[in-house]
Amino acid sequence: MVSASLKQTLASYVGADNVMDAEADKHSYSYDAAVLDPVLPSVVVRPTDMEAVGKIVKLSNDNGLPLTVRGAGTNLSGGTIPSKGGIVLLTNALDKILEINEEDMYAVVQTGAITAKFAAAVASKGLFYPPDPGSQAASTLGGNVAENAGGLRGLKYGVTKDYVMGVNFFDNEGNYCKSGSKTVKCVTGLNIPQLMVGSEGTLAVMSEFILKLVPPPQASKAMMAIFPDVMTASRSVSAIIAAKVVPCTLEFMDNFTIGAVEGFAKVGLPTDAGSLLLIEVDGHPAQVAEDAAKVEKICQDNGCVRLQVAKDAVERNKVWEARRAALSSLARLRPTTVLEDATVPRSKIPAMMEELGKIAKEFKLTIGTFGHAGDGNLHPTILCDRRDKEEFHRVEKGVDAIFDAALSLDGTLSGEHGIGLAKSKYMEKETNRASVLYSKRIKAAVDPKNILNPGKILGE
Amino acid sequence: MADLNQMLKLLGELDDQIVGCMRCGMCQSVCPLFAETGRESDVARGKIALLEFLGHEMIKDTKAVKDRLDKCLLCGSCAAACPSGVKAVDIFIKARAIITAYIGLSPIKKAIFRGMLTKPALFNTLLALGSKFQGFFTSPVNDIIGSSCSKLLSPLLGDRHLLSLADKPLRSIGNLNTAPGKSGIKVAFFYGCVVDKMFTSVGESILKVFEHHGVGVYMPTEQVCCGVPSLASGDLTSYQDLVRMNLKVFGKGDFDYIITPCGTCTSAFHHVWPLMNEGFSQAERDQIEMLAGKAMDINAFIVDKLGVTAVEPASDAAKVTVHDPCHLKKSLGVSGQVRTALKANPNLQVVEMTGSDVCCGCGGSFNLQHYGVSTKIGKKKRDSIVATGADIVAAGCPACMMQIADMMSQAGDRIAVKHPVELYAQTLR
Repeated sequence: MVSASLKQTLASYVGADNVMDAEADKHSYSYDAAVLDPVLPSVVVRPTDMEAVGKIVKLSNDNGLPLTVRGAGTNLSGGTIPSKGGIVLLTNALDKILEINEEDMYAVVQTGAITAKFAAAVASKGLFYPPDPGSQAASTLGGNVAENAGGLRGLKYGVTKDYVMGVNFFDNEGNYCKSGSKTVKCVTGLNIPQLMVGSEGTLAVMSEFILKLVPPPQASKAMMAIFPDVMTASRSVSAIIAAKVVPCTLEFMDNFTIGAVEGFAKVGLPTDAGSLLLIEVDGHPAQVAEDAAKVEKICQDNGCVRLQVAKDAVERNKVWEARRAALSSLARLRPTTVLEDATVPRSKIPAMMEELGKIAKEFKLTIGTFGHAGDGNLHPTILCDRRDKEEFHRVEKGVDAIFDAALSLDGTLSGEHGIGLAKSKYMEKETNRASVLYSKRIKAAVDPKNILNPGKILGE
Repeated sequence: MADLNQMLKLLGELDDQIVGCMRCGMCQSVCPLFAETGRESDVARGKIALLEFLGHEMIKDTKAVKDRLDKCLLCGSCAAACPSGVKAVDIFIKARAIITAYIGLSPIKKAIFRGMLTKPALFNTLLALGSKFQGFFTSPVNDIIGSSCSKLLSPLLGDRHLLSLADKPLRSIGNLNTAPGKSGIKVAFFYGCVVDKMFTSVGESILKVFEHHGVGVYMPTEQVCCGVPSLASGDLTSYQDLVRMNLKVFGKGDFDYIITPCGTCTSAFHHVWPLMNEGFSQAERDQIEMLAGKAMDINAFIVDKLGVTAVEPASDAAKVTVHDPCHLKKSLGVSGQVRTALKANPNLQVVEMTGSDVCCGCGGSFNLQHYGVSTKIGKKKRDSIVATGADIVAAGCPACMMQIADMMSQAGDRIAVKHPVELYAQTLR
């Protein structure tokens, strides 16, 4: 509960309609896409102009109220669950694309702009914004920056952090700050934009971004390669990279996922295949032809049993239909879908797959694995029913084991979903005590009252 | 007020469907209501979460959940796009019935559904009176669309631009029961409330199509509303009354198909009745299943069963753009046939609008309860229609036709609003 006077103050900033504290409304902002317990905020506000955002941050700080910023609430790590109560600030009314500059190839956007809509607006100007997280149709760019979202194009084009040139934000006291620039080069001061990327709303409330744009590739070619097992597919991935070919996407699916996709989407996948790779190369037409031929040969030399090259846009779409259907197909098998993103160096994919097999057996879990083979970012997806306490306990044990396995293979806890609430307890395992303390000191310095999304990344 | 435990038990039975929602939030990208409001409780994920919290007694305020649950177009965009295949609309229809049984129906809805809709004689008499006197209260505003507005009735109707009730309802033709002609097909014709009382020319066009193609017609005038409006308001009692009245005249099933000009009525037979068959006897359930198998939209019938095909348009053909009604396309998968039926008319050329399958914002009684946001959604549809430069917009659903006519009339557009079958029937003698 917030006091009547505080509610009134918020209403004076954003209008009474945009202040919500009814029981049902508070419940509506108590969760996100992570499989975690909901926590209620005290009040939810939906500012319609940036000026109000600064005032809300100041009000939070003055009253020592936790402040959790929420875009579309699509993150998978609990980053937008208001775990300490307080204020939830919605950014989806702050969704303007302020500028798309074709000459200097950058764009300026507000935090609540939708990723896919922005990418489409950029494409309509003949330019390209590559980051394509799975939730892009609904997710906001603010959320993408806060989580450093990845996507299918990570291997060649990088992830969100590679496109952030500048971040404007409100500090904990509600002062408006600027960082970065519209220039390709900029060494003015600390590299604050990159500090903001992946900070999950713990360091500031971000308002606008300057994002880098690139020319779109002129041509592309997609293919599907089917392998008898994981090892042959993985060897092909290593060989492709070793041959100095960098596909824009290099996606992997295990036998279980292939079966699920075929069962649901009926796209003509061989359900007896051990694994498959979906590969796309792009760039200049001559380069594309050469790279595609190389990839084809490498796959065949490494034990590929069938390779299908898309001849046109329709066939290309068919190849990707299989990948797009992966999560949906798995999700339909059981009520609850726990989607992880432990990531390993790509040469360790076979070892990681072996570990996942052992974990599934040990904890009696159903795990389907697909993901970004090119960058080692796998998505082991545990299918379960969160209402079954005994089963869900095994799931939690399994998740712990997955992280241990990834770390033992020089991997990382999270490739692209973020730490949030879900993984903060593992932070020290990957780094060490001093590293976590260093981050905590930064947090304490810029947010002494610990109001900015408290409890995320760094835990208590 | 009914028993709380009963409500919780019934919500518990929905739990298996509710838990399938993985809260990914992808429904935010397709929900027409969320696009306007940005509120989590307006989108499917938010509503499903509230139902889960209510069922698990984490929320006490049932009325607040009901208000949020009711604020939905039931357009099915979320279900059609859901990655994990959650049937959101099915959940919402069932939940509305469960919660309404607990809270009770509002007095005004009780008056409409139980006092009027389930009493066809009274309903028909009242509307006949309305038809007679509407001219005194309204003034025509747009001759192309045929709409009127009413200063006198504005406290009741707002700024709506309305289409007039027909002088004589379609039903006044009387019962029909003719033998199949050259097609060898016999159909039952379920015209639906709006075509009976407002768009009688749609009904007449359909009868003309049947006659032209030698289709035998069974049209009992004792037929009543399909029950979807009652169900959308959670009124299971009047829904069941209406289904039973319809089963009385259609239950024998001595016809090959039951044809309607309305995506919602067709999906009622095809999907909603079988879904909501609890409380019916086995014999009634069998009849419901039989009708589900025979229900077909008029456009699908014309193309798939009568074999009508597209022809080359004339050089001076008028431009027609197509609005795909939610229940017609998203529930029944009928969209290509609408275009084929239109292209069978050489005086028409089809020009596509962007987002032809985006909801028009009507949502039946949603328009009555939430006119403001319904209009905002509708205006976007109007803009898409106008951008095509079309002379006519075709929509295979009378409710969409009313909404689109209101939006375009208010904007002063001179674009006619037609049902596709009216335009196809123009080619017949």
